[in-house]
Amino acid sequence: MTTTPQAVRRASPRTRRTVTPPDPARSLLPDAEPVRLLAENGTPLPARTDYPEPPVEVLRELYRRMVLGRRFDTQATALTKQGRLAVYPSSRGQEACQVGAVLAVRDTDWIFPTYRESMALVARGIDPVEVLTLLRGDWHCGYDPTEVRTAPQCTPLATQCVHAAGLAHGEAYQGRDTVALAFIGDGATSEGDFHEGINFAAVFKAPVVYFVQNNRYAISVPLSRQTAAPSLAYKGVGYGVPSEQVDGNDPVAVLAVLTRAVAHARAGKGPFLVEAHTYRMEPHTNADDASRYRDNAEVDAWRDRDPLARLETYLRARGVLDDAAVAEVAEQAEAYAADLRTRMNEQPTVDPLSLFDHVYAKPTPQLIEQRELVRAELAAARDEEGDA
Amino acid sequence: MATTMAKALNTALADALAADDRVVVFGEDVGALGGVFRITDGLQARFGENRCFDTPLAEAGIVGFAVGLAMSGLRPVVEMQFDAFAYPAFEQIASHVAKLRNRTRGALSVPIVIRVPYAGGIGGVEHHCDSSEAYYAHTPGLKVVTPATVDDAYSLLREAIDDPDPVVFMEPKKLYFASADASLPARTEPFGRAVVRRPGRDATLVAYGPAVPVALEAAEAAREEGWDLEVVDVRTIVPFDDATITASVRRTGRCVVIQEAPGFAGVGAEIAARVQERCFHALHAPVLRVAGLDIPYPAPMLEHTHLPGVDRVLDAVARLQWDDQPDARWAAA
Repeated sequence: MTTTPQAVRRASPRTRRTVTPPDPARSLLPDAEPVRLLAENGTPLPARTDYPEPPVEVLRELYRRMVLGRRFDTQATALTKQGRLAVYPSSRGQEACQVGAVLAVRDTDWIFPTYRESMALVARGIDPVEVLTLLRGDWHCGYDPTEVRTAPQCTPLATQCVHAAGLAHGEAYQGRDTVALAFIGDGATSEGDFHEGINFAAVFKAPVVYFVQNNRYAISVPLSRQTAAPSLAYKGVGYGVPSEQVDGNDPVAVLAVLTRAVAHARAGKGPFLVEAHTYRMEPHTNADDASRYRDNAEVDAWRDRDPLARLETYLRARGVLDDAAVAEVAEQAEAYAADLRTRMNEQPTVDPLSLFDHVYAKPTPQLIEQRELVRAELAAARDEEGDA
Repeated sequence: MATTMAKALNTALADALAADDRVVVFGEDVGALGGVFRITDGLQARFGENRCFDTPLAEAGIVGFAVGLAMSGLRPVVEMQFDAFAYPAFEQIASHVAKLRNRTRGALSVPIVIRVPYAGGIGGVEHHCDSSEAYYAHTPGLKVVTPATVDDAYSLLREAIDDPDPVVFMEPKKLYFASADASLPARTEPFGRAVVRRPGRDATLVAYGPAVPVALEAAEAAREEGWDLEVVDVRTIVPFDDATITASVRRTGRCVVIQEAPGFAGVGAEIAARVQERCFHALHAPVLRVAGLDIPYPAPMLEHTHLPGVDRVLDAVARLQWDDQPDARWAAA
């Protein structure tokens, strides 16, 4: 067979690669390995131009809020044991994700948390008592979502993914540059609404960041029962959504990746999907028994990857955090917890008649009747108490 | 001027879009096509793709997207293409649309209108003819509205779009193309008011949506039997108008409730119970129900066996103990 050198060159794969534009799908795929900027022992890894390290003052604030967040989480668990909370889903071990994600958005952005994001909400500056209203049980959502630009904590899995798409589109439609940050867990990526949300966001180019905290378990069910995908971040490509995976116990990397994702969304390029690999150190809630489905050895292995210790080591080595600063933050955290304890030990007042106030903007005649019935019941009970 | 319910709904959407920039209309095939029933015909051309648009084919997505849009301050009006196609959206409707105001003590409201073309009588194949109103009416936080006249179609839809609460707006498909004299924009009685469509002395027929024309036809036919029947159109299932219905039944002393949905645990059962609670001493006979059979909606060639028609209504009226004898139907039981 005779061919001219020129023809050979035209046909060679190498030449073709240089003239064909990159496969668009490939550019949507995450890195093969989770992005990591700190090693597990806190030593810095080679810098990456695609994920520049956040400024040092931001990292110090990240550290401060992570310490506060962990102290809050410990306090909430203790309050549950004392019967002050009906239930508490801890996010201990996920501090880098909970706090890093919140620091990546502006106060004017909206976040869409799940029930496990209590720590993220306090990191956003919401009053911890208002955060715990849901779990204490005196109402459902304790804060005003419009004031703190934070949706109520979402229990129906993945349903918030579509709300985030709608809100982000609505804000853009009205000329505002708001980004929506939707939290979701690994198990909930199996729900249809995750897919519908990310697809709607992609089709309408809505500025949403979908942030999957893959903490390895959906209550007791391991990740292998949720997906056969190499990474949950691969779920973006089918919807035309760029995605990334990150070491969720590396606070610097989480903040760096989410900062880029938020910038992508705000620039009008549509949604971005991030999967953070992390671990739920505690059971699903205080009511769960994790020993039935996972070994202590597995938990211990993750203890060595503690995100807070990792950041502290790094900041100390860089000379931007010293014993005095650590002690000061610890003191703040103790004061924060003490204040929370005091306020949570006060019995909240609940008004049965308020049950009728917000079903509709104006109660229906039937609700007015029922309210009257309850009012009479309460009055009768008070009279009986008075007689006794 | 003679017009159809479909045209009245279309005009209501157009007028709402023109009146308020926050109104957006979306769903499946509502853009260029104008909806499979043409209710959104011409809206995209007139108001642009930002105001009236097609979405991915995913009903939970459509309703959840509307929740987010409402949170951003817009007033979404979404179309569920057919009654049974709305079921994927049920979690969004029951867990979020209905509850957000209450969960947040009024801080967030979700003024969404979910339009549901519903019920049968059009020869539709399976999954196209369900009467799903009871699911929504049983969910506190939703308003559930169903027009039976052309004027009401316009007026109730405009009111639904302006309402601060979410409204499931149920459009009886078989009435879409029936025409009547109407002068749009019409304004009729507000939400929460039932309307006496035909006054009568002897018994009250309570109906809503597609059952209203059946009740009116039955009342007309009953004149030959010597019965003068009153027909009350419920119009808004939630909020429900006990007062108008109670007043009518106290006047007539007899009541038949008519609905197209299967009877068991349906809206008609609720109405019958409420009438009995409030009118017991005025009643000369038990409150009867005429409803669809307790079966999955039948295939087109069998739907007329299922649907409550004039004869079934008249049979029920005949059983209202006119001669003060117990109802023979229950005698053996």
